[in-house]
Amino acid sequence: MTEITLQTEKVRGPWADVWAQFRKHKGAMFALWTLGTLAVVCLLGPLVWRIDPNFIESDTVKMFRMRNQGPSLAHPLGTDQLGRDMLARMMFGGRISLAVGLVAMLVAIFIGTTVGVIAGYFRRLDGLLMRLTDLFLALPLLPLLLVMIFLFRDPVAGVLGPRLGTFLLIVMAIGLTSWMQAARVVRGEVLALKEREFVLAARSIGTPSRRIITRHILPNVLSPVLVAATLGIAAAIITESVLSFLGLGFPPDFPTWGRLLYDGIAEIRTYPERVMWPGIAISLTVLSVNYIGDGLRDALDPRIRGR
Amino acid sequence: MLSFTIRRLLTAIPTLLLISLVIFLLVDLAPGSPLSDVPLTVPPEVRQKMLEAMGADQPVMVRYLLWLKQFFWIEPLYGIDALFGTDFAQGAQRIISWQSKVPVFQIIGERLPQTLTVVGTAYLIGVLIALPIGIYSAYRQYSWFDQAGTFFAMAGFSVPTFFTGNLLILIFAVNLGWFPTIYDTNLEVVDWASFKEMLAQMALPVTVLALFNAAEISRYTRSSVLENLGQDYVRTARAKGMGEGRVVLKHVLRNSLIPVVTVVALGLPTVFGGAIVTEQIFKINGIGAALIGAINVSDLPTVQTVTFIFAVLIVLFNLIADILYGILDPRIRYD
Repeated sequence: MTEITLQTEKVRGPWADVWAQFRKHKGAMFALWTLGTLAVVCLLGPLVWRIDPNFIESDTVKMFRMRNQGPSLAHPLGTDQLGRDMLARMMFGGRISLAVGLVAMLVAIFIGTTVGVIAGYFRRLDGLLMRLTDLFLALPLLPLLLVMIFLFRDPVAGVLGPRLGTFLLIVMAIGLTSWMQAARVVRGEVLALKEREFVLAARSIGTPSRRIITRHILPNVLSPVLVAATLGIAAAIITESVLSFLGLGFPPDFPTWGRLLYDGIAEIRTYPERVMWPGIAISLTVLSVNYIGDGLRDALDPRIRGR
Repeated sequence: MLSFTIRRLLTAIPTLLLISLVIFLLVDLAPGSPLSDVPLTVPPEVRQKMLEAMGADQPVMVRYLLWLKQFFWIEPLYGIDALFGTDFAQGAQRIISWQSKVPVFQIIGERLPQTLTVVGTAYLIGVLIALPIGIYSAYRQYSWFDQAGTFFAMAGFSVPTFFTGNLLILIFAVNLGWFPTIYDTNLEVVDWASFKEMLAQMALPVTVLALFNAAEISRYTRSSVLENLGQDYVRTARAKGMGEGRVVLKHVLRNSLIPVVTVVALGLPTVFGGAIVTEQIFKINGIGAALIGAINVSDLPTVQTVTFIFAVLIVLFNLIADILYGILDPRIRYD
């Protein structure tokens, strides 16, 4: 009996506490499993399911026979209008969708944290940077994203190639238009942290601002940034699929889930499953990520933790 | 309050000017020429004439200032003329769409009613659904109703509208045949039958948008009501022996609606942006469809003007939200 109590009272790191609280959130745990499964299938699936997602039968007669097949053992999710295997395309598309979400989130969080920390820490820049943030918040983002991608898609693709070019353009465009919430939250935290004793102590022994920010401020704004990052992934995936849905997304030989859905719309009456699969995949991913963000927010809030 | 309102109005002007500059430059500096759709066989001197006729050969700053003048001065004059039959504008040049050679504001005037009917109805219904759900979820926190409400809200803003929209089309329009799949803009409501037709074609797009909006607003309502339920004045009201209905619906509700009202005001312009997608799903030729059409043919004046109108809406509703907040909550007067 005493042994057990001793073990539980062993010093636990702060992350163990967070994890313990996170595990209590049933929805978030379920979401973590769902997202994990989806990610593993998309990342490792192509190693097992070795059909090329862009493989089109070169023999026309065979190709016509391959088109629009229903689910079978050879093609569990059927084939599309060019006879390409849907399962392989779904896994390939999932990789890109998840990559877009992650990278766009990283761009947004990087800009947001930088702006937030600088605005919160250096009072002289605060007004200017927050005006900039307000300005970005007042921009009509979806129309501007559409315009940006339409106008710059071909020139960027000409320089970097259609795949990398589109990827970088979309990721940067989404990142550049979604950093404002993170910046505001971080600024608020930094403003409060700056007046705390440990920062004052660091400054009184002559620590330069750069070191104070990296050693003392950044680790302490980590939790709001983590929550913003999680929710940012979901928002980026949705935005990318909206762009794809409006026909301004990825090329068809480099599809995301959004692009697959867009391609399926034309034949939704005859082959509804081709819209359903990507739609379900996007919805499940975004729902999971949002639930995980919710769980993380609860777990990282010390007022709720340990209740 | 008045001085706050005036100060707020004055700060909105530089913001709007900056936004207009950003939008104008972004669209304008992009590669591609307004003549990219004109065949290559057209001789260069004719091309030059065409550019001159469009005013596209002027320096950027000149075009920007001209566009600003047209947007803020000439177009309102035409608006007044159309309303009162006056002639203030005296044939001054308007912002002309490169695609259809028609004034952009005329296109917007033709497209806006469709967007407003669908978006407006959807937003209203969304708010009407969200409020009771939010209030009851907060009142019975962690009950099964609250859990279901949380899931509904989560699903509401996680499942993209283009998926729910197509799902609804598939179920209710294709399989059951209850509603049409395409929104008919020419339909005029003259009698009972056409009214019913109008309702049928509005049902699906309004449902999609309303559910999406309700999800977000119900969350705000819930957290706001929750916050107020723990306040001292609620305990006082209960201690005085007041009935639960009155405590919740009168005391708590009034106070918790303050942040909700501002969220509703702030959300309205984003709904216009979101309506772009809904219009695309249901083939409604509203203002979003006009924007997409203009983007696809590099019709720069239309793109710039429509995008800027969205920006004006955002700034305007931010202003309204701020002022409403000041009026509703006397503790937050800024002066």
